[in-house]
Amino acid sequence: MKLRRSMLFLPGANAAMLSTAFVFKPDSIMFDLEDAVSLREKDAARLLVFHALQNPVYRDIETVVRINPLNTPFGLADLEAVVRAGVDIVRLPKTDSAADVHELEAEVERIERACGREFGSTKLMAAIESASGVVNALSIATSSKRMIGIALAGFDYVMDMQTERGDGTELFYARCAVLHAARVAGIDAFDVVYSDVNDEEGFLKEVELIRKLGFNGKSLINPRQIELLHNAYAPTEEDVDYAHRVVAAAEKAEREGLGVVALNGKMIDAPIVNHAKRVLQKAQASGVRK
Amino acid sequence: MKIIKEALAGTLESSDLLVKVTPLPEDRVDVVIQSEVMHQFGEQIRKVVLATLQQLGLVSGQVVIEDKGALDCAIRARVQAAILRGAAVDQLDWSKLS
Amino acid sequence: MNQQLQDTLASEPSLKGLEAFKHFAQHNPYLKDPAEKFSRKVVESLEEAIRRSGLTNGMTISFHHAFREGDKTINNVVQVLANMGFRNLTLASSSLLNCNAPLIEHIKNGVISRIYTSGMRGKLAEAISNGLMQHPVQIHSHGGRVKLIQSGELKLDVAFLGVSACDEFGNANGVSGKSRCGALGYAKVDAHFARKVVLLTEELVEFPNAPASISQDQVDYIVKVDQVGDPSKISVGAARVTSNPRELLIARYAADVIEHGGYFRDGFSLQTGSGASSTAATRFLEQRMRRKNIKASFALGGITGGIVDLFRKGLIGTLVDTQSFDADAAESLRESPRHIEISTNEYANPGSKAAYCDRVDVVILSALEIDLDFNVNVITGSDGVMRGASGGHCDVAAAANLSIIVAPLIRSRIPTVVKHVTTVVTPGECVGVLVTDHGIAVNPRRPEVAERLKAAGLPVFSIEELYERCQAITGEPAPIEFLDKIVGVIRYRDGSVIDVVRQVKP
Repeated sequence: MKLRRSMLFLPGANAAMLSTAFVFKPDSIMFDLEDAVSLREKDAARLLVFHALQNPVYRDIETVVRINPLNTPFGLADLEAVVRAGVDIVRLPKTDSAADVHELEAEVERIERACGREFGSTKLMAAIESASGVVNALSIATSSKRMIGIALAGFDYVMDMQTERGDGTELFYARCAVLHAARVAGIDAFDVVYSDVNDEEGFLKEVELIRKLGFNGKSLINPRQIELLHNAYAPTEEDVDYAHRVVAAAEKAEREGLGVVALNGKMIDAPIVNHAKRVLQKAQASGVRK
Repeated sequence: MKIIKEALAGTLESSDLLVKVTPLPEDRVDVVIQSEVMHQFGEQIRKVVLATLQQLGLVSGQVVIEDKGALDCAIRARVQAAILRGAAVDQLDWSKLS
Repeated sequence: MNQQLQDTLASEPSLKGLEAFKHFAQHNPYLKDPAEKFSRKVVESLEEAIRRSGLTNGMTISFHHAFREGDKTINNVVQVLANMGFRNLTLASSSLLNCNAPLIEHIKNGVISRIYTSGMRGKLAEAISNGLMQHPVQIHSHGGRVKLIQSGELKLDVAFLGVSACDEFGNANGVSGKSRCGALGYAKVDAHFARKVVLLTEELVEFPNAPASISQDQVDYIVKVDQVGDPSKISVGAARVTSNPRELLIARYAADVIEHGGYFRDGFSLQTGSGASSTAATRFLEQRMRRKNIKASFALGGITGGIVDLFRKGLIGTLVDTQSFDADAAESLRESPRHIEISTNEYANPGSKAAYCDRVDVVILSALEIDLDFNVNVITGSDGVMRGASGGHCDVAAAANLSIIVAPLIRSRIPTVVKHVTTVVTPGECVGVLVTDHGIAVNPRRPEVAERLKAAGLPVFSIEELYERCQAITGEPAPIEFLDKIVGVIRYRDGSVIDVVRQVKP
């Protein structure tokens, strides 16, 4: 159960950030070769990320790269570079259909074979940025064994919907669709970037909403947001106590060979035990909520 | 590989470096390095730059570097970017770049 | 009466040597003239004040640096002294900054031949590091300066003290007038010890000026000048809390260390430096203080707007101020009775009868370098050039219950954790904890602190591990090469020599 609460975006062309961002300890780091990089710098950014991925400092953090779409002059070169450099997950922007994923997967397979990387080790992530993407969310989410998550990308999506970013009403359906698709496929769901770095209150409000909805995590554009997000996702003292008791009850039942787990006279089934384990995992990662 | 046109890569921001390559009429490689941390890391930087040029197989061109305390991985990346731009090379052999 | 008295004094053995009364104003002739009685100290010009002070070649002149980068006094006075043909003077300024680059000329021309200071920056520092002076600069701490004066090594002949406002008798402070610098902690010491004290002021205010940080009974001459300092450079508002994520990360860890280090209880006392991470740490501290319902009894400093903010929110009982770092602090000193001004003697002098730094629980300090023994360098860059200040660092580190050093692990490509610091300013035995963006290291001398921090779930490593981390990321730096010539002598707070700085090989 890899925790993916925080995915920190880093512009791939920024040498200083790539050299220092690993101190922030987000759950995943995403190097962006797409929208954060100007057309003239695509080649330079690709090389920076290629080398950064191989730097030992990034060995212990899950790495993601958002490549350019495959129908641009840059996408394939991005893919060649990052798969060879050992990226954990490739994020495909503007995923509109399962076919987009299959195209990507075919290229990834080819490159893995060509460079001798363990077959299947490169995971995928789809970014939903349009009405088509939302409507096809389920087929996208289930399109590949390599898929570990789908993310909703707000900016392009609201433009496609002919509206603008606001209080979240504009994302209402999209969020629910992406979330449900992820759950059916058994993968993670990620919410949109909150771009006003100085609006802590607004950020926390949005985090509270998506946490309650059930999102696994959120894309972040500034390291300051990491601690806020982790704290919001942290279980409370009571949650942790209860989770301990649930897990203890489950272990006791297993030891005694009992088929049913009971706590306080109530039956505890597998989903509840799994949820309890996730609570304890989060508590271990960043303590209880302050 | 030869530098056939002037090219730049990188920036003068802290922890980055600016690499400028220019063509030379003869087949020789000239490297000039200026760094904020010349005393402490000048030799190390030169080693990395020369190794990168050798790996690319550069035989002709002038390389001028203005370093602002960049780490080795940024140095490799920027030097490679400048050389590839200056040599107008599109297709890359990634195994030559690690 | 007079003749009789004279005879008595001459004949009586027990009255031998005593002077006979002549006239009520015999020794105070100005009492006869009403105008002179009031304004006798106010002199027309700096030149006149210098003449009357009796300054001669080879003597020591002193200054304070409370006007920071906006100071005009040091440069102006030395320029006038140069014009008047003075030579071979010892310059004793509490510190020297970027704006003091003009001193280079005067050193070249022999006006200044020796310097005592707590630090230097910019072109002046570079020039001195490259061998400008024949005699090495004496670098002392703030408390150490007072000790040197007390011991007689530093004899202040004439002190030239820029003040924000004073009256014609010399009652002066830094909290009224146009260019307010705030606390005059350094100047108070000079006013006490110097043989002659000359005040420079932009404004002569109504008598009596109060409060009097410098009292009339310490002042010899007063000169009105156009500017004691550039208001735009002194009266800057409190530095905005940094938004740099690395500095914020370090600040958060620092607040965590204070919270869990073992000294975080109601009535604790603290000191923070003026660096970005230090000021940001006060913000994070606020949350923790509120959560645990803890108030600080006092904060010592170097007072910044961040500390003033906590004070105004009722989280700190008293502010004890020897230097106001910004306009917020100066304003608070002016307005609040519980924001008090102290001299550097009261602040940090180990030879003082009582120093405030001895009562500090936790202090946040900075570092250019720190080594495997936790020795700290705050004066020489990794290129061997002097560009910092000893300041109050070794003073408060020696006295506080827990000294916390904050620094990024790597600055650009330069490692902060090294095998041996280029220059020792504060000995490792005084340092408790190092906080970097990569993690925290606790001095093995403080195992109980390490236990507490680990129990709190903080990322604690050994200093060796942080050193290895540095090396792995930056590579190993080549050692700096020095010439034999000594350009700086680092004086520990008790007057002893703790290290020397040699000239960098060009």
